[in-house]
Amino acid sequence: MIPTAFEYRRAGSVAEALSLLQEGGPEAKLLAGGHSLIPMMKQRLAEPGLLIDIGGLDELRGIQEDGGEIAIGAAMTHAEIAASDVLRAQAPIVAETAANIGDAQVRNRGTIGGSLAHADPGADLPAVMVALDATIALLGPNGERKVQAEDFFQDILTVDLAEDEIVTGVCFQACRSAAYAKLEQRASKFALVGVAAALSLDGGTCSSARVAVTGASSHAQRLSGVEGALAGASLPGGAADAASGAGDALDFVNEDLHGSEEYRRAMTAVFARRAIEAAAGRS
Amino acid sequence: MTIADGPALPKLIGERVKRREDPRLIQGQATYVDDIKLPGMLHLAFKRSDIAHGVIRSIDTSAAAAMEGVELVITGAELAEHLGPMPIGTPFPAPDHYSVATDKVRYVGEPVAVVVAEDRYLARDAADAIEVEYDELPAVVDPEAAMEAGSATLHEGFERNIAVESYWGGTGVNPETAQPEDDSAVDAAFAEADVVVSQRMLNQRLAPNAMEPRGVVAHYEPGREYLTVWSATQNPHILRTLVAALMGLGEHQVRAVAPEVGGGFGCKINIYGEEYVAAALSRLVKAPVKWIEDRTEAFLTTTHGRDLLGYIDLAAKNDGTITGLKARIIADIGAYEVLLTAMIPTLTGLMMNGVYRLPVVRHELTEVFTNKTPTDAYRGAGRPEGLYFLERAVDMVARELGMDPAEIRRKNFVPPDEFPFATQGGLVYDSGNYEPCLDKALEVADWQGLLAERDAARAEGRIVGVGLSFYVEVCGLGPSAVVPTGGWEHSGVTVERGGKVTATTGASPHGQGNETTFAQMLADHFSIPLEDITILHGDTSVVKQGIGTFGSRSQAVGGAALISAAGKAGDKMKQFAAALMTDQEVSPEDLVFEDGRIQVEGAPEVSKTFAEVADYAYVPVPLPPGMEPGVSEEAFFEPENNTYPFGCHISMVEVDRDTGETKLLKLIAVDDCGNVINPLIVDGQVHGGLAQGIGQAMFEEVVYDEDGQPVTASFMDYVMPRAADLPVFELDRTVTPTPINPLGAKGVGEAGTIGSTPCVVNAAVDALAPFGVTHIEMPLRPERMWRLINEGGQS
Repeated sequence: MIPTAFEYRRAGSVAEALSLLQEGGPEAKLLAGGHSLIPMMKQRLAEPGLLIDIGGLDELRGIQEDGGEIAIGAAMTHAEIAASDVLRAQAPIVAETAANIGDAQVRNRGTIGGSLAHADPGADLPAVMVALDATIALLGPNGERKVQAEDFFQDILTVDLAEDEIVTGVCFQACRSAAYAKLEQRASKFALVGVAAALSLDGGTCSSARVAVTGASSHAQRLSGVEGALAGASLPGGAADAASGAGDALDFVNEDLHGSEEYRRAMTAVFARRAIEAAAGRS
Repeated sequence: MTIADGPALPKLIGERVKRREDPRLIQGQATYVDDIKLPGMLHLAFKRSDIAHGVIRSIDTSAAAAMEGVELVITGAELAEHLGPMPIGTPFPAPDHYSVATDKVRYVGEPVAVVVAEDRYLARDAADAIEVEYDELPAVVDPEAAMEAGSATLHEGFERNIAVESYWGGTGVNPETAQPEDDSAVDAAFAEADVVVSQRMLNQRLAPNAMEPRGVVAHYEPGREYLTVWSATQNPHILRTLVAALMGLGEHQVRAVAPEVGGGFGCKINIYGEEYVAAALSRLVKAPVKWIEDRTEAFLTTTHGRDLLGYIDLAAKNDGTITGLKARIIADIGAYEVLLTAMIPTLTGLMMNGVYRLPVVRHELTEVFTNKTPTDAYRGAGRPEGLYFLERAVDMVARELGMDPAEIRRKNFVPPDEFPFATQGGLVYDSGNYEPCLDKALEVADWQGLLAERDAARAEGRIVGVGLSFYVEVCGLGPSAVVPTGGWEHSGVTVERGGKVTATTGASPHGQGNETTFAQMLADHFSIPLEDITILHGDTSVVKQGIGTFGSRSQAVGGAALISAAGKAGDKMKQFAAALMTDQEVSPEDLVFEDGRIQVEGAPEVSKTFAEVADYAYVPVPLPPGMEPGVSEEAFFEPENNTYPFGCHISMVEVDRDTGETKLLKLIAVDDCGNVINPLIVDGQVHGGLAQGIGQAMFEEVVYDEDGQPVTASFMDYVMPRAADLPVFELDRTVTPTPINPLGAKGVGEAGTIGSTPCVVNAAVDALAPFGVTHIEMPLRPERMWRLINEGGQS
């Protein structure tokens, strides 16, 4: 619980953070809420020489809705997201997911940008962003870059983010008929399995769907088989059928003390069904 | 100063007085070990083994020693020149155990070298810079495999890794040798039984997880040849005794202080290597030194609890009469025997008589070394394990016979007229009246209503179960015959000038609330306000003698010592009062304490205030003949026996059919801890105990992999119970006083952990009974439950 020595710099702007990041090279790490990085530093699993604090930057804050597109700044905390009227009205899946991350201390400090950039295999928000087909905005020395969430998450703790880039925010289309359901790993409160479903509904019929899973595998990813089965399905009755093969289709499944591969595959189907049912119930 | 015509003071014993400790604790105004800072203080960090079992080939300390600000780097072998093997508190044979490993490591986290440096960060950097090479040995992880020929062994002289083997039968035992001469009655009972249940059950390993980790500050002053040790301990006087012994000092040269201690749950009874090392290194470097455990170290090196495997057989007649018990218990004690390690599992068998007339018993216990963290006391310490085994088995018999779990227990209760009751294991239960407690629990829970609710839920396709357990435990440890350090407790009561009272207790509260309960007792005794009383504890230079707080002994033993000392002080106050009233020819025997006055019973006009008598005691002009000035008395209390509180717990659970997640819907606890000083504090103790007992049933487990690597060494993987996991507890009590102490109080610190665990598992088994399930191993992990729902049988 005693980290190695490091230098701490509070960036005054995103531009300053970017230049500090370049100066620091591989030794530098960005710090926002610190709820992924600092525990790793305390256990000496991460030993960065320079911490660049971007947590308080106004440029990274705010939740805006404009013509059906919602943008969230990277430094918004889970608690702020959970309390956002805009999100609760227009993308309730995001507010609800944030409200159930970790515990109150985690939600008060942890940020959406940090969660996405860290990409813990059990983090909740990555699945939600994939299901919402969110765009993740990155800023680097060569300017802005936008990456679709499903391409951003690549492998365990691995994302499409260069060492000299900063996640500045996410944006996605407002969507009411979307929901996230998770089986909590009881100790960490990360998702043992979590599934996010975003549906396009025409009455009781699903015209199209995006469904993504977290916790089950190395990184958040779409469940394309479920999405296919949902097209034209009548809901909520057809949720169980559509979800039934969800777990079996995964290439790689995590396995640990809290859940075997078999259990996680089975729970992927269970929580896919629950997420679809909840999303369908929202229409 | 006088309290003329002061207000009438309410009696406080039995009242829900709020804890006087809490304001400072919750406002950050308390002093813990880590708050202690001394001039010139240096900091320790331990280099610890990252393998489970191996021979130390080499330790290279050169890089660490070369760091600026590093005062000393010392290996276990070097330290052994200053510190011998650590003492233990049990009579069992034990291998040498050095504070820091000298030649071999036997669990992940065992220290191999120590750094003394200017600050904590530097100390840790230097410890990380120490290079250790090992010749790795096979890890011994499974206690049953550990006993097989061909297993690797941890300690020379302990063949097949066996530390302790004991055996006793319920009949024909030779009390001189404790060997069975003829226990054929056990075999006969099983042969004649109508029903026998046999079950292998694991009472799994737990990490105590006190909110405050361990910590120590040691300051040896060479000029005075005097050592002061501050430590997060449950028993500073035992710490003083053992540290003095290992340092070659007399107890007059050592002061031990337990400042505020943030929870212990038994794991802070043991005196640890870090405490001895801090003392020795302070003497070596001639400076105060501090070590504060981090959470990873707490998981790896603070003693674990439980880890008993039981092979349990219970025999009964068709009418539910229990006719015999066989228990073969294997205790996985980890790598070493520390202070009470070997004794804890012996309590398991002793308490497996439960609340029942048990005609015959055969008990076998084997304690086995493995490459894991040593075990020691954890809230309940041996009793939860025994009562879990017994109460699961009784439930299985009831299920086999189709009996109501409450009725099978009622049928086998020791009746109230058989107390004091001698058990098969040689214990004598002080007092008990079990049936009213059962009836009250059934009433509070609305048992028949619960069963109907369960059946209705099942009819809807839900998976719901109801469980019950009835426990008895042993509290108030003592007496001295069974506690190697002595089983008494000590107290001092001083009436100060001005009529305020300072009392000391050798019990060393670390969350139990004795500053409140003991003050309530003195307030009533002297009839003075609670605010006029200070209870001091935890410092051997203030508290003359003591044993400490464990085994639910604070009230039953410590409280009895307090009231004895208060009696002596009160007598002297009455003598001084009588001397002040010589003109009225008052005899001390006629006087009573009433509303801040000392008065002739029934005649308040013939009185002196408590304060003026106190003032007179310190300026006694004239000094009454035959008296010494002042009022400062002390007392030791030696209990003649233990106390045996009991209780009935009832729970209801629901299991999610899709996921296997178990939700605790209800928990009703009716406990009988004898007379109650403060119902609020007793309820608090029960609440905490229930949370920990439920934690064992549902969530907690220390897991090692096949290489002896801990898998659950952080809160990311070790599941602690959270408030949101628990229902609103429904509490009630019956009161069966103990004759063992003048208070009639039995102790309640551990009760909650003992009844709740089997109660919740019994409910879970009931829930899954329709799937053919007869036993479920703890904890009730979702995947385990899901498999049982889908596959049936046992886990």
